Amino acid sequence: MRLRSRSLVVGAVISATMVSVAGVSLAWTPYPPTAIDIVHKLAAPSPTHPFGTDHLGRDVLSMIMAGASSSLSVALIAVVVGAGLGVPLGAFAAARGGWIDDLTMRGCDLAFAFPALLTAVMITALAGPGAGNAMLAIGIFNIPVFARITRSAARQVWGRDFVLAARTAGRGDIGITVVHVLPNIAPVLVVQITIQFALAIVADAGLSYVGLGTQPPFPSWGRMLNDAQTFIWRAPLLAVFPGVAITLAVLGLNLLGDGLQDVLDPRLRRGR
Amino acid sequence: MLEVKDLGVALTMGGQSVPVLSGVSFVLDRGHSVGLVGESGSGKSMTALAIMGLLPPGARVSGRIVLDGRDLLALPEREMCAVRGRRIGMVFQEPMTALNPLQPIGAQVAEPLRVHFSVTRGQANARAKRLLERVGLGKISPHRYPHQLSGGQRQRVVIAAALACEPDFLVADEPTTALDVTVQAQILALLAELAAETGMGLLLITHDLGVVSQTVADVLVMYAGRVVERGPTAGVFGAMAHPYTHALFAARPSESGGRPVAIAGQVPDPLYRPPGCAFAPRCARVRDVCATMPPLIGVGAHACACFNPRIAA
Repeated sequence: MRLRSRSLVVGAVISATMVSVAGVSLAWTPYPPTAIDIVHKLAAPSPTHPFGTDHLGRDVLSMIMAGASSSLSVALIAVVVGAGLGVPLGAFAAARGGWIDDLTMRGCDLAFAFPALLTAVMITALAGPGAGNAMLAIGIFNIPVFARITRSAARQVWGRDFVLAARTAGRGDIGITVVHVLPNIAPVLVVQITIQFALAIVADAGLSYVGLGTQPPFPSWGRMLNDAQTFIWRAPLLAVFPGVAITLAVLGLNLLGDGLQDVLDPRLRRGR
Repeated sequence: MLEVKDLGVALTMGGQSVPVLSGVSFVLDRGHSVGLVGESGSGKSMTALAIMGLLPPGARVSGRIVLDGRDLLALPEREMCAVRGRRIGMVFQEPMTALNPLQPIGAQVAEPLRVHFSVTRGQANARAKRLLERVGLGKISPHRYPHQLSGGQRQRVVIAAALACEPDFLVADEPTTALDVTVQAQILALLAELAAETGMGLLLITHDLGVVSQTVADVLVMYAGRVVERGPTAGVFGAMAHPYTHALFAARPSESGGRPVAIAGQVPDPLYRPPGCAFAPRCARVRDVCATMPPLIGVGAHACACFNPRIAA
């Protein structure tokens, strides 16, 4: 297959780089990301510390790498929670229709009425800060997103003749959902997953920025941004590196999502 | 034996309950064939959906549909699932959309088997291959996808799937309407052949009188949700009595080159059906008495619901 979508290629390359950096950081970083070396604090980038050091003398490159793994794992679990509960919920609403459908969708409307990030802040503030609660808080807000998109896409498939044909073959609602509906809406879900993944990374950065996400000493991009604020005039690069990391991660995933949509959506494909 | 007794269906439209089907009765035995003929909106497909238990939500059904002593209308959904595909198979009008575009055809042919029997993937595939051979697709790989097949081939796939569990009855709703004329004859021949071979009962729904006359033993002519004429196919076509049947017959292109004659007017909207004979507003032989509902009465060897039937001398 010829790759006709440029954003798909760029997005895939950036995302793959992110994932491999996070993977490498689990086994190896130039320095231990939590090793304090006060003597060499706030060092400018140099061959020994390519991205310099922070106010405690920690190696910024190592922290960025470790931060990638924490950001990605929070986002991954959040999306797994959101899709894992939202997709079955939406599929169920679409299969049953009627008041079950109405109830589910009004529930989603209610959830959308609350600003996601603020409520995530509230949940983590109540449940206690930490990576685990951040994952849950972000994940909970992904549930209605996935429920709604699954439901609307699934409703369209339910109206198709081959679903009626499957009914005449004797398949029940669950069988039809698994065998016929989900495979037909998979492209929509894949695209949504990449988009929610990007949003989850932003949310995770936001939560750790205000100190509710991944806890020190383990590094996170949001935390690094917050720390860098104090030294913004003495060492502006300290804010630049985590900022660029967040931007790149989100940009990469969004491009990937856009590109996948171009490739997977036959309506858009025909237009080009 | 599949027995439809006084079947009625009412749909809820704009807050009121509107009858779309009333008083439909017929008996379909194994090895027997019945045709339902009529224009769009005559209630043919509704009858098929009622038998399959797949009426749209909000539809109210009356009467009985008895399959070997069990009333299907009284069955809970779970038990109805065990009837669909296993005891009664169905073939659809549109082979282009009746197949899942993402599944290989072999898997779709085997679907009813996997639903109703605990067969292994290998057994299901082997059976799917035999079924495809039986419907004349022996040279087509079961791993092909629907979009790689022609319309006629897809309809053969749909038929193969409907036959997978060797059902006792097959409901074919306009199985040839979406196909080329040359392919239509092949598909009809295949259906008749399979019905004769397996001894299943065939309910053929169509608007095409030619299709009916070639394929089925008994015919029911439907208009606006009611049966207007019924009987053995040869009897009905040899001595048609209802003006609607005459009109339907005149509306089809004939081989002798006579121009088809359109039936003036339209099938009345179910919301505004006349109180008596629903065909009265379009009928050339209408009389005052047609404002009351005509019963089905014997005309020679068959039955007709008309006060002023046109009986050929």
